[in-house]
Amino acid sequence: MIELWNVEKRFVVRAKIGRLRRERREVRAVDGLSYRLERGEMTGYLGPNGAGKSTTVKMLTGILVPSAGVIRVAGLDPSRQRIELARRIGVVFGQRSQLWWDLPLGDSFDLLRHIYRVPAERHRANLKRLTEVLGLAAFVNTPVRQLSLGQRMRGELTAALLHDPEVIFLDEPTIGLDIVAKAAVREFLAEVNRERGVTVLLTTHDLADIERLCSRLLIIDHGRLIWDGGLDELKRRYGQERTLVVDLEEAAPPLEVSGARVTKVDGPRQWLSFRRDETSAAELTATVAANARLVDLAIEETQIEEIVRRIYATGAARPAS
Amino acid sequence: MRALAAIYVRLVGARVRSQLEYRLSTALQLVGVGILTATDFVAIAVIFANVPELGEWSLGEVAFLYALATISFALTDIAIGHLDLFPQMIREGTFDQILVRPLPSLLQVVAADFALRRLGKALQGLAVLAFALTIVDVDWTVGRALAIPLAIAAGAVIYGAVWIALATVAFWIVDAIELVNAFTYGGSFLSQYPLGIFARWLRGLVVFVVPLAFVAYFPALYVLDKDDELGLPRALSFASPFVATLAALAAGAVWRNAVRHYRSAGG
Repeated sequence: MIELWNVEKRFVVRAKIGRLRRERREVRAVDGLSYRLERGEMTGYLGPNGAGKSTTVKMLTGILVPSAGVIRVAGLDPSRQRIELARRIGVVFGQRSQLWWDLPLGDSFDLLRHIYRVPAERHRANLKRLTEVLGLAAFVNTPVRQLSLGQRMRGELTAALLHDPEVIFLDEPTIGLDIVAKAAVREFLAEVNRERGVTVLLTTHDLADIERLCSRLLIIDHGRLIWDGGLDELKRRYGQERTLVVDLEEAAPPLEVSGARVTKVDGPRQWLSFRRDETSAAELTATVAANARLVDLAIEETQIEEIVRRIYATGAARPAS
Repeated sequence: MRALAAIYVRLVGARVRSQLEYRLSTALQLVGVGILTATDFVAIAVIFANVPELGEWSLGEVAFLYALATISFALTDIAIGHLDLFPQMIREGTFDQILVRPLPSLLQVVAADFALRRLGKALQGLAVLAFALTIVDVDWTVGRALAIPLAIAAGAVIYGAVWIALATVAFWIVDAIELVNAFTYGGSFLSQYPLGIFARWLRGLVVFVVPLAFVAYFPALYVLDKDDELGLPRALSFASPFVATLAALAAGAVWRNAVRHYRSAGG
């Protein structure tokens, strides 16, 4: 459904050096990327800021023209067959709206029906279903500018799905949402993927999005693929380390607990690093509680940036298959 | 083509509805533009208070020329004047949204706004046209009568093509809007006066390179039965619709090429 062969995107950046001189420098945002996503696959696309995620998505959707390489999405060349492709894909950019800001949400759906030339019958059926599933009825007549972020995101998802796309690209769809809204969006995406067999490429910073939704994970850094595989395997290899953050009643010397080591102390707060395969969080919490007066605690998962760093450190990046 | 026209009307309609969300602001802008443009023709009146002729053109003839150019300019301004916000679309990356929709990108940019408030300028142009026609001697024929609306329409298309081609500069240099404005508003000024009063190189420019002389000057020669002071063939008076078509095609090609150089914003 989505195929890339040796795709590159180079930008020329002009940086000021000295008072008048400018230096032309070429930046490779995407540097020889190849992979293939099958129909109905739900794939997470991860990487640190500036890794080339958004640039790739923009090339896949026909916004940017690749500098080299070949791309096929639903059998089409995105930059040359942009309009044809646009009919068959749905796009949600979490930080930008595709809705009409000053008009009621419902007006946007009506305009999109005409833009995508969806037959009235099908549009009505799709809208009815999406309205039920996403609970839009309460605010469909409210101008978009007055919607909360969570409401707007539900509107964006509806807008991206009304024309029955075969592929949807989601760029940070849960960014800025509260926990309840995040869960609702994730559940909805899983259902769309399951019931309609829609191929989904999900760009995110939030590992929980991936955990809940994606069977496959692509990680890129510096425009290159450094991981292509399942999340479980990645975690087994690199994500074993978790951190238990405890707030004690008063400042204390670093705790001595078996199976964990204190990595940081800040007044009454201490960070204990432990491995998931050696100690469980429950066990560790119990031990800490037995040795000190515990006020509050939190568990931090390994951040994607950290995992990427470790993949580099071990030099064990699994090549893309 | 009809489907595209229908969607254009719908998109513009959405924009007009958005503006009506802010009724007072729109009304005040309309009044403001009206007052501003009412004073515009005063400059020409002042010139003729001091000299009887301008490059062998009488007050009535210059007023006629001014009116043709102004109405064309106003129509273009209403339809696509918001192109001056286009660099902002590029800078903020909102052009991304346009490219993921199954419509020509230029159509969407053009339909992104519709400035009702600029209607004031067209009305002022019509008033000057009425004034000019009462004081110039026109040997009326069907052809001359038809030439006026045709020239206005062709002129609007030529202005539009020039603006669109110039707006594509934003794909490379985001902050070039002042440069572009110099050409668009400066161009409108040029086409309001008889060509004969300008320097030779400038005349060559607006006849052969940026075809602004075809907006009002050549059609006006035909309606007023005048000869070009430079001795350019009279047939050029009928060339405006063809020049407009060519200019529109060229602008479309420039646009399509420029879109492929879009760099988007952010990571």
